[in-house]
Amino acid sequence: MMSEKRIMAAPIADPETQEFWDAVRDRKFLVRYCNACSSPHHYPRTICPHCGSDDTYFKEASGNGEIYSFSVMRRVPIPYVIAYVTLEGTDISMMTNIVDCDFDSLSIGQKVKMVFSESEGDGPPLPTFAPA
Amino acid sequence: MSINGKAYIAGAFEHPTRKAIDKSLAQLHAECAKGALEDAGLTKDDVDGYFCAGDAPGLGPLSLADYMGLKLRHIDSTETGGSSYLIHVAHAAEAIALGKCKVALITLCGRPRAEGMATGTAPRSYGAGTPDIAFEYPYSPTVVNMYGMCAKRHMHEFGTTSEQLAWIKVAASHHAQHNPNAMLRDVVTVEDVVNSPMISDPLHRLDCCVISDGGGALVVVAPEIARSLNRPLVKIKGAGEALKHQMGGRVDLTYSGAAWSGPTAFEEAGVKPSDIKYASIYDSFTITVLMQLEDLGFCAKGEGGKFVSDGNLISGVGKLPFNTDGGGLCNNHPANRGGMTKVIEAVRQLRGEAHPAVQVPNCDLVLAHGTGGSLGTRHGSGTLILERE
Repeated sequence: MMSEKRIMAAPIADPETQEFWDAVRDRKFLVRYCNACSSPHHYPRTICPHCGSDDTYFKEASGNGEIYSFSVMRRVPIPYVIAYVTLEGTDISMMTNIVDCDFDSLSIGQKVKMVFSESEGDGPPLPTFAPA
Repeated sequence: MSINGKAYIAGAFEHPTRKAIDKSLAQLHAECAKGALEDAGLTKDDVDGYFCAGDAPGLGPLSLADYMGLKLRHIDSTETGGSSYLIHVAHAAEAIALGKCKVALITLCGRPRAEGMATGTAPRSYGAGTPDIAFEYPYSPTVVNMYGMCAKRHMHEFGTTSEQLAWIKVAASHHAQHNPNAMLRDVVTVEDVVNSPMISDPLHRLDCCVISDGGGALVVVAPEIARSLNRPLVKIKGAGEALKHQMGGRVDLTYSGAAWSGPTAFEEAGVKPSDIKYASIYDSFTITVLMQLEDLGFCAKGEGGKFVSDGNLISGVGKLPFNTDGGGLCNNHPANRGGMTKVIEAVRQLRGEAHPAVQVPNCDLVLAHGTGGSLGTRHGSGTLILERE
């Protein structure tokens, strides 16, 4: 079964995450890193949630990853796949949707690549993933 | 300083309603408060400490103290979702130990059925300032698919099966058949659970808890007051609380905050999991129970599937009777928050007031545990160990 067209709610940027959402409009996915502890984190914060330093910066990610876990939400008008995807070269996972896929062929550990999905109205596109 | 022996649960009340179209939310809180105070043999004028959480209307304790006419010298509105009420019991014991109050009232109520809330299948927004909202809400995380991801990962890492998870519902249904107020009183089989419709993989309809209106209340009192009342003595022996979240993206769905709150409570109580005669375990979904049993130390991590199988959670059959009221899975999950009813059934067991068919013989040491929020994102965790004196 292929996923049907589903329009996701538009994310609302705030002053702290405006740069992230501006980049997404250019089809770039940014991950926040910390200069003090060299660790990435997600969702992005100004102050590193690992070490507390405010010396943090955005870096563009490859957009590759693998499925940490997922669930097919079936009892809704348009079924969809919620997932955590672990980002390539990091120890961090982000909440996302897996799109353009056969729901029943997905598996934990599967390689996926980022695709951007439309959001409602004038909202920025959303980082989602499809099988690599 | 420890709270062990510093406070007692003297009153407990579970509202009999499961659908409250004809009652207001404040009215439900007041009815539960009255029920628990009458159970204790106290009145509202004895109350000097009040505890409520996010289910309370308006300005929480301000609105409800006004509505109920309470005169207070200690207030606590700690909000950790469905685990709030276990944490309130612990905070009430702390406040009593410090002399800040002597009679603490805790209430929980809600009417998600009357309000037609899509509890499990629609994403919830906690408001525009919530820091995660832009990074999660558009992907439609729901209660059931978040716990579905936990179950999927547990199956992947430890080989847990849907049939093993189903045993948890089977045990709850065996207990619920004896509870006239339970929403689901039919005994179900493993086959019934795994053949019920898939809601969000791998959780079926019967892996999910009920949605109910209603609520409950507890009265926690100082030792001298407990001894002056004509009720069995239910002593608070140990407590633990914890928060677990995404750790900046280092997501690990295989364990819960119970891995931290549990050991804290056991250490304070000076007992170990094998000493526990009965356990109230939060059961929003079958997987919730399985993960918490592991994290609380009733079995090793990854062994939960084997532990819950073959009726091991059924009173009179297995080694660890759990949720003998039918739990959230079959009886009641008022306000979509299961923590309050977990404490209430634990108190019934210690008093010998559970239904005779499910009463654990010589039940003198119990555990009650709750999770609030979502195991899939961020949650509060509260563990209590209670003893009959």
